[in-house]
Amino acid sequence: MKKLLSTVAMAALVSFGATGAQAQEPIRIGVLATLEGTYTVLGEDGVRGLKTALAKWNNTAGGRPIEIIIAATDASPDSAVRAARKVVEQDGVDFVIGPLSGSEGIAIRDYAKTQPDVTFINGSSGAMETTYVTPAENFFRYNMDGAQWSVGLGEYIYNEKGYETVATVGEDYSFVYTQVFGFAIDFCKAGGEITERFWVPLGTKDFGSIIAALPDDVDAIYLGLGGGDAVNFLNQYMQAGGEAKLIGGTIMVDGTVLNSKGAAKEALIGTPSAGPQADTWDDPKWQEYVKLYQDTFPEDERFPIPSLLATGYYNSMDAALTCIDQIGGELGEGQADFRQCLATIELDAPNGTITLDDKRQAIGSNFVSEVVQLADGSLATQMVMKVDGINQTLGLDPEAFDAIGLPGRDTPECKSEY
Amino acid sequence: MKRFIERRPVWSLVILIAAAFFLWLVFAIWPDSFEDFLKEDVGGWIGGDFGKQFGRALSRKKVFLSALLDGVTLAALYFLIAAGFTLIFGLMRNVNLAHGSLYLFGGYVGYEFAEWTGYWLLAFPAAFVVSAALGVLLQVLVFRRMEGEDLRQTLVTIGISIVLADVMLWIWGGDFYQILAPSWLSAPVETFLASAQKSSGEIVYLKYSSIRLVILVAAIVLGVAMWLALNRTRVGMLIRAGVDDRDMLSATGIPIQVVFVCVFAFGAGLAGIGGVVGGTFQSLAPGEDTEYLLSSLIVVIVGGMGSIPGAALGALLIGLADTLGAAYFATYAVVFKFLIMVAVLAFRPRGLLGRS
Repeated sequence: MKKLLSTVAMAALVSFGATGAQAQEPIRIGVLATLEGTYTVLGEDGVRGLKTALAKWNNTAGGRPIEIIIAATDASPDSAVRAARKVVEQDGVDFVIGPLSGSEGIAIRDYAKTQPDVTFINGSSGAMETTYVTPAENFFRYNMDGAQWSVGLGEYIYNEKGYETVATVGEDYSFVYTQVFGFAIDFCKAGGEITERFWVPLGTKDFGSIIAALPDDVDAIYLGLGGGDAVNFLNQYMQAGGEAKLIGGTIMVDGTVLNSKGAAKEALIGTPSAGPQADTWDDPKWQEYVKLYQDTFPEDERFPIPSLLATGYYNSMDAALTCIDQIGGELGEGQADFRQCLATIELDAPNGTITLDDKRQAIGSNFVSEVVQLADGSLATQMVMKVDGINQTLGLDPEAFDAIGLPGRDTPECKSEY
Repeated sequence: MKRFIERRPVWSLVILIAAAFFLWLVFAIWPDSFEDFLKEDVGGWIGGDFGKQFGRALSRKKVFLSALLDGVTLAALYFLIAAGFTLIFGLMRNVNLAHGSLYLFGGYVGYEFAEWTGYWLLAFPAAFVVSAALGVLLQVLVFRRMEGEDLRQTLVTIGISIVLADVMLWIWGGDFYQILAPSWLSAPVETFLASAQKSSGEIVYLKYSSIRLVILVAAIVLGVAMWLALNRTRVGMLIRAGVDDRDMLSATGIPIQVVFVCVFAFGAGLAGIGGVVGGTFQSLAPGEDTEYLLSSLIVVIVGGMGSIPGAALGALLIGLADTLGAAYFATYAVVFKFLIMVAVLAFRPRGLLGRS
């Protein structure tokens, strides 16, 4: 069926001719999402966010219908490139939205450089390198990176919670390095100290001995885990009788973990964390978006509240459709008009206004929140602090920021001054 | 035993001293000087931030004891899965690469059953029976048709595992499932092992997850029962005879196909029980099937294909490598089990307890 569809579409493309795009010809968008492997549930919600934006626009923009072609990845860089090649080189899409996961983003940025005629809009991947180091001209990112998602957390837990020493546990890959990077700069500047950093392989099942190795003499433990790793850690942490105070990384307290089956997630109630959204925010635009998401899908086929992955894909799709509408459905020579619009647009997103910097990376708002139990028993994040206008250098002077070095296992050092 | 001591007196002494030291490590309260030695000298000798962190972890008896117990309980789970795998291979020469799917499937079935009835213990028989039934179907409908064609069977099992993975994704979605243990098992229990001594002289005993201890005891009971069944009963005798010489056994008039189906069902059922165990103290999600298939492959390669004691030994080694590695070298924890496998393949290619 899919094959038939793409054959028909190809035939249509050929008969119309590549240059004379007519008003009624559909705009074709390739979508990359993790629909296989450990991050399946995250990718599914990302696609739901994207479809929410399509529903908002009624599947048309600039007078042209929108057609999406979804390609599955499994969070590995080569699966992302394979999926991108499929939609770009076989299906011949106009532009691509995706990918979802940190290391995939870096691979797609490099692939984007080999396809200068196609525009790439990031889905929700959050590694810093993707846009900070050798960015691609045709790669746009409307979500902040993992370090930006940490802004405000360190200050909040030091000043409001009174945590002075913290040990971190994180998965050993680029996104979590970036998260701890942002957390450390914030927390150490406020006066806190990070005593130890534990890095565990992505996909660790048995956390028993890591839990035992956690120091007893720190005020709290920062958890940079996601998906199944987060659920496994919490489950075993409760069975081992762990009592330390917890601090969550962005995807530790995301809907994908807070809605998992079982009781492990209850260890997270009261846990402070930071990220690009707060589930129960009372802002009318946010509420409107949540309602749109809830109305677009039946209750048993979605989360109660969209996860940050849904919000990331929603914003990317919304930005693209807004631009197509503004330029009247004609992407321009080499998609120049489209890109001009994407680079300068001020996106009125449900989670705060988003603009892009000169590396086409988002500047936006970040939310510090705590996990609360709602009246119906489900868990969600509640905002305690909001920080606006966060750029990729976290408000630091670019030179001082470069001097810290790129995120890594031991970078940055914990200092009071950067 | 006595002969070994007479023939290798030096080695016996070394082994004896090592065993005594190990027992001392487990049961004694570590003196401060010993802790300081581990923390300052060993940590300083390695140097750097890593050395400091390593020394600190090394000097705490709690870390050592927990890692040890974790390793043994994880080994119990590995054993449940690998025992069925190795039994099926030993008897039928069938490398069943869909064994991981049986694990995950059993876990999901156990979850549904525990949710439905509200009793955690009932998840075990349910998972065993349903997985065993799936195993019987596989054996009767698929493997019997291609008996003796090893490569074809192996390739077919890969295909089946991919199909089953997608079917399970379709039914249960990509969510993380966790089977809830009853409340009397979800709290930790105080063991009789001393982990530290406070300055007041009061001894602190290690607290340990009770669910893991129960799983460990159950796996040991099951292992012993299997060994007895294989070595002391008539059915066990038939199976052992079949492992040694299948053709000769069937020539004696034994309905060998029935034996095959029974063994396949039993092995598949064990994998299903493993799924419930894994779903209780870890979680169930797409992708776990291949992870546990890989682990049980390593376990039987290390222990020796077709040998139950080998599966137990291999599971213990791999479990300990996983958890001791995670406790002391968290970043590189995944490497150790592969190093063990490489070493075994280099020096004893048939596995530690494998027979040529």
